Amino acid sequence: MDIFPIIILKEVQINMELFLNQLINGLNTGSIYALVAIGYTMVYGIIRLINFAHGEIMMFGAYFAFLFAFTLPFKLPFLIVILLSMTVAAIMGIIIEKVAYKKLRHAPRISALITAIGMSLFLQNLALLIFGANPKVMKPLISTEPIVIFGYSVARLTVLTIILSVLFMVVLSLFVKHTKSGKAMRAVSMDKEAALLMGINVDSVISLTFALGSALGALGGIFYAMAYVQVFPTLGVMPGLKAFIAAVFGGIGNIGGAMLGGYIIGIIETMVKAYVSSKWVDAIVFGLLIVILLFKPSGILGKHEREKV
Amino acid sequence: MEKLRKLRSIMREDIVLNLIIMVIVFLVLYVLVQSGLVKGYITSLFILILIMIVMSTSLNIATGFLGQLHLGHAAFMGIGAYTASLLAIALRDYIPSDLVLFIVVTLAAMLVAGIAGLLIGAPALRLRGDYLGIMTLGFGEIVKTIITNLKGITNGAQGLYGIPRVMTFPLAFWTTVIVVSLIFLFMSSRHGRAILSIREDEIAAESVGINLTKYKLLGFVLASMFAGVGGSMFGFTIGFIAPTSFNFLKSVEIFVIVVLGGMGSLSGAIISSIVLVSLPELLRDFANYRYLLYSTLLIIIMLFKSEGLMGTKELNPASYLKSFWHKFNKRGEIR
Repeated sequence: MDIFPIIILKEVQINMELFLNQLINGLNTGSIYALVAIGYTMVYGIIRLINFAHGEIMMFGAYFAFLFAFTLPFKLPFLIVILLSMTVAAIMGIIIEKVAYKKLRHAPRISALITAIGMSLFLQNLALLIFGANPKVMKPLISTEPIVIFGYSVARLTVLTIILSVLFMVVLSLFVKHTKSGKAMRAVSMDKEAALLMGINVDSVISLTFALGSALGALGGIFYAMAYVQVFPTLGVMPGLKAFIAAVFGGIGNIGGAMLGGYIIGIIETMVKAYVSSKWVDAIVFGLLIVILLFKPSGILGKHEREKV
Repeated sequence: MEKLRKLRSIMREDIVLNLIIMVIVFLVLYVLVQSGLVKGYITSLFILILIMIVMSTSLNIATGFLGQLHLGHAAFMGIGAYTASLLAIALRDYIPSDLVLFIVVTLAAMLVAGIAGLLIGAPALRLRGDYLGIMTLGFGEIVKTIITNLKGITNGAQGLYGIPRVMTFPLAFWTTVIVVSLIFLFMSSRHGRAILSIREDEIAAESVGINLTKYKLLGFVLASMFAGVGGSMFGFTIGFIAPTSFNFLKSVEIFVIVVLGGMGSLSGAIISSIVLVSLPELLRDFANYRYLLYSTLLIIIMLFKSEGLMGTKELNPASYLKSFWHKFNKRGEIR
């Protein structure tokens, strides 16, 4: 008689464990999306441009990490690899802005957007040219031994991804809130002309924004490549698009919104994959984007902007 | 009134003259194709160029004339291609004439693509430019996923085989002429001018009583319908279609052609279709760098000549012919 409750309890326990696993996976994916979404949202906040090339910066970040970790004659520690790749990606972001977007700052928005699409395609094909179409294997950079937390064993990479992402996001938030440069950034995003009148160097603020966004995007790319154990030229396309959805979901232009959106999209995607269908997951996430755009284009935390004549 | 009548008669004259020029161009190309002077490979290149002309001129309605960022044009082409191909496979035994089969199936493709355009356009066109771009992009991905996953109907990622390859050069040529003429006539009509005014300034257009939603939707649906024609032609030409034939890259390719030709210029779209389709095909070794070329072109055009090759101007062969004729005559008088 009392066997049944035990079986049910056990099943619940197994289901619970599966659910927790999926939740952790969702947090892992969400961290990556959040890191990349911050770049989209910061650039949009400052120059009102959807930087389509951001996904490609993510991909290049992963390639940089691959180069620093496996092609140098000596072995660098993991953290140094990450920081170096982020720095190079930041420089790349600044160059892209100077070359492609700066001239179009006062052009119609559609021109800047088309340029961004062109930049995205260009970088993808550049990577194809330099590194070839075959994926490069990203051997594990850290120990693959799982970490045991409260009796659950979780992959070390997952824990590291979540912790490092949160750490960098906290640092970014503190930077934007409490430093002079952060203040300048917020001022420029509020009103470029007024900021200029207040003696803020708008050009260097824009460069700084691209640098920070690209560095975080590259970090996301490195974690993504490590999770999938490979790097390839189109690596940035899908996660880039989904991170963009996350940025829109959270309210584009809002850094906190991008983080929140990233985690929500990451968890939704993982749950759909686990419990609904892995084939339809892309269609469902994009469908979600369309629904958000229709009902609340300003996102969860974004402010509604009125169009002025 | 008198002036207007004169203008109209000039326009009518131009239309007739241009039609004659079209027939001559057709006859020259047709003789080349039929006599075997150009290889079969070049003939299929001609047809591919014609398909791209249909795609780029139709995207020009939405992007060039209406001024909306439309990044999912290939999805509508895909909808048209799958509708036409599935119908053609089903109906080919009942309709003996290839021409009738093509017409019936293409009309169906237009209808289905148009309905899809209506469904996605009605909500999407309320959004501003960049959001609309993202939404059409997302829609493209959704269409691709649906086609890939409906294995029972579309044969999934493996693609659809056995489409009757009945596309001939004359059929492709005249279909293209009809599509481009329809788009041109539409754009020079009252409705077309309303669409142009939306591109120039939405708020000003609305304030003079133009129904923004109606005309945006009209432009978008027309663009989708003609994309359906392009898709139908594509299926009949290649004989095989797969979801990857209609991915984001394809949309971008069409988009680049429109931007290069000049947003708002049909003749610009035609010229850049000819150049950008034949260039990678003719320089075979160069084909690997195709997208590198496209993307670099896109950035350079935007930075240095953002209005494209032709801007919003149109080429009118008839008027060149006439001015040439006048000069020639004058020279005769002087002598």
